[in-house]
Amino acid sequence: MKTMAQAKIGSSVKVVRVHGEGALRRRIMDMGITKGVEIFIRKVAPLGDPVECKVRGYELSLRKADLDMIEIE
Amino acid sequence: MNIKIALAGNPNSGKTTLFNALTGSNQFVGNWPGVTVEKKEGGFKNHDGVTIVDLPGIYSLSPYTLEEVVARNYLINEKPDAILNIVDGTNLERNLYLTTQLTELGIPTVVAVNMMDIVRKNGDIINLKELSNAIGCPFVEVSALKGDGILEAAEAALQAAKDKSSLKTYNFFSGIVEHALAHIEEATVHGLTQEQQRWYSIKLFERDARVLEELKLSDEQKAHIEEDIKSVEAALDDDSESIITNERYNYIEQLANRCCVKKNKDKPTISDKIDSIVTNRILALPIFAAVIFLVYYLSVSTVGTWATDWANDGLFGDGFHIAGKGEYETALETYMEENLFNNQQLGDILANAEKDGIVGAEVLGESFHSGDYGEFSENYDSYGANLDEQGYAVSKIVSPILDSAPQPSDYGKWILGVPALLDKLLLDSQGEPVIAPWMYSLIQDGIVAGVGAVLGFVPQMLMLFLFLSFLESCGYMSRIAFVMDRIFHKFGLSGKSFIPILVGTGCGVPGIMASRTIENECDRRMTVITTTFIPCGAKLPIIGLVAGALFGGAWWVAPSAYFLGIAAIVISGIMLKKTKAFSGENSPFVMELPAYHMPTLNSLVHATWERGWSFIKKAGTIILLSTIVIWFANSVGTVDGKWIFSADMDSLSGESLVQKIGNAFAWLFAPLGFGTTTATVATLMGLVAKEEVVAVFGILDFGGMNALAGYSFMAFNLLCAPCFAAMGAIRREMNSARWTAFAITYQCVFAYSVSLMIYQFGNFFAGNANIVGIIAAFLVLIFFVFMLFKKPYMKKGK
Repeated sequence: MKTMAQAKIGSSVKVVRVHGEGALRRRIMDMGITKGVEIFIRKVAPLGDPVECKVRGYELSLRKADLDMIEIE
Repeated sequence: MNIKIALAGNPNSGKTTLFNALTGSNQFVGNWPGVTVEKKEGGFKNHDGVTIVDLPGIYSLSPYTLEEVVARNYLINEKPDAILNIVDGTNLERNLYLTTQLTELGIPTVVAVNMMDIVRKNGDIINLKELSNAIGCPFVEVSALKGDGILEAAEAALQAAKDKSSLKTYNFFSGIVEHALAHIEEATVHGLTQEQQRWYSIKLFERDARVLEELKLSDEQKAHIEEDIKSVEAALDDDSESIITNERYNYIEQLANRCCVKKNKDKPTISDKIDSIVTNRILALPIFAAVIFLVYYLSVSTVGTWATDWANDGLFGDGFHIAGKGEYETALETYMEENLFNNQQLGDILANAEKDGIVGAEVLGESFHSGDYGEFSENYDSYGANLDEQGYAVSKIVSPILDSAPQPSDYGKWILGVPALLDKLLLDSQGEPVIAPWMYSLIQDGIVAGVGAVLGFVPQMLMLFLFLSFLESCGYMSRIAFVMDRIFHKFGLSGKSFIPILVGTGCGVPGIMASRTIENECDRRMTVITTTFIPCGAKLPIIGLVAGALFGGAWWVAPSAYFLGIAAIVISGIMLKKTKAFSGENSPFVMELPAYHMPTLNSLVHATWERGWSFIKKAGTIILLSTIVIWFANSVGTVDGKWIFSADMDSLSGESLVQKIGNAFAWLFAPLGFGTTTATVATLMGLVAKEEVVAVFGILDFGGMNALAGYSFMAFNLLCAPCFAAMGAIRREMNSARWTAFAITYQCVFAYSVSLMIYQFGNFFAGNANIVGIIAAFLVLIFFVFMLFKKPYMKKGK
């Protein structure tokens, strides 16, 4: 399974599924990361975490640990 | 008839601006019951009987974050007459996701598409008519910053509230899901009103725990709907919660593609360009440091300090000049030059005292020779009494010189401060109060001093809040969280905790209040509890006192105090995070980085004043009450075994209630090395203001104490419960008596533990250990280490 944690900075990925459970998973989906959506991974914060990406036309920041929940193509 | 319109929308959608424009100054700010989420209500301008309720900014009606639960409970239980949903026109997809959920609640909804001016400027086109047809409620254009369309939007909502027939439900989901929803509706929620059925059936389909609990379905019903849900899940190869979310977004995505034409789709926006510098890998930290320095420098060091000094020494002191300040200063300088600094006799005494190694003689002598009156007066206040007591009678010479010095009120235009003004009213020509002496003392020493202590903080706080509001509303605050998250996440704090802690080095009160910008409740509570560990301005004299008296002014004492504060924050963060109360749901750090924009001056002033006022109101009452209690304890006592009340206990050879309390509790501090009455009274008085510690506990009181005991005394006073003003701020931010009590108890217990370890281990290494003490200190240390390395608390079943 390939997850967003393995994707390169500056690349665009397509989401297959969001794994995990509870509040964090729901929050990720509520923010627009759902099946089939394109995400552009823009940059990493200066200290190496979190990651900034563009989804559905706006900028979103996610912790690296949470990127593993997001399966991509 | 009273009509309620709820204002709902995503964070950063311009909700607050709209709310302010609709209600003007007619607002009520409070908290939602039992939580620290702010609740705002206001009357709709020029419309009697219409109330507008500002819901917390949310992205969804999920049952997880505090804000979502608050908004959801309000909408379902209180059933407002209409919802005005504010939507950011530059970010339609994510904003409309909430809209699809709001329209299912069975409450008439009007959607106000905000930031239309920016949409047009970008050359984009939004087809409102088609959006309206596809979502099933009226859409109107708004530009909250420019004030366009605001009234029309609210009036449309008002119209919708009166005309409930406009209520339509649209089906956003695929055939198979709609089919299951219809089944669930049939089987379970048939008894509810028509409008509410859809919301409940969707929530049941999502297996929403709160709704399942609320509806109390029979086992048979549960099994029945579970069957429906499972069959859809199997067909679509996903869980029900994802299916609903996916299909909502799919519906909106198609709709947005149809209704919204973007001119420059892939061109980087201004916001992108700013971010390429501001959150750049190399530049981000220096820029952050510069911004923080600027905020700190302006609000704490310069403007803030002038304002606070004016409030403390001018408005609530003797008074202040509005003209002629320069004339007075020149006159004073000349006078001191001629009378004080020329005084040979004084110079000789100081030289002798310095030769004999009297504490303070050297510094006082230095400022005497340099001829700087400000410095001299400060040092004289600290050490004059000590020199007198050691037999070097400096006050005999200095006092008469000071008494006949030029008076500020004789120069230019001098405005009397409040206490001086009251003295004019309450004292007769002989300087005796015209009212009962106790009442005079209550007014001056209790009430005016108490109110002054509160208001003294306000100018600095307003200054700081102005900057914070700017950073918040322009969008930089989220970038701070983005840049700093890595560090603070480890200690159970948020990236935004940096600001409260930094501000806390100036004054804990605005520091605590600055924690308001942290969204996550756990992180915010943690920040409120730990902010005052960092030495604030008022604690510096304590550090100076100990460093001067016991460490010969060693340079490392002050840095070590800051290090102690930082260590206390880090250790507390790690330890508390392991407890049940703070474990919570792991705070999801899935944060929007909103587009940068320039806030209006009006909204900044509004936000600043709102915070300042809420402090004055809430914290003010607590501080006032506390200072009156302390005043009373200082004015009541025994003389020759008889209880008396006197406004001037100091001059009587009795013992005030405060001293009695100090006496009674001194044993408590014996294991920390400072179990004396004076040290206890000083610590107690430190609750009024930390400067009081030094006022009560002079250089001489260190007699018989070793350096360790002094350091332990300092550590305890730095870490224990802050002053009443800060406690009032804690109460204001926690919005719960239980949490306030926890915070203050934790601070005191933590301070006690740290001081115990410092004193007992220190003595052990110095070779004179106390067996019981060292065992106690060792047990505390084991507990600390255990908490630091133990596994985090886990909720059962996970």
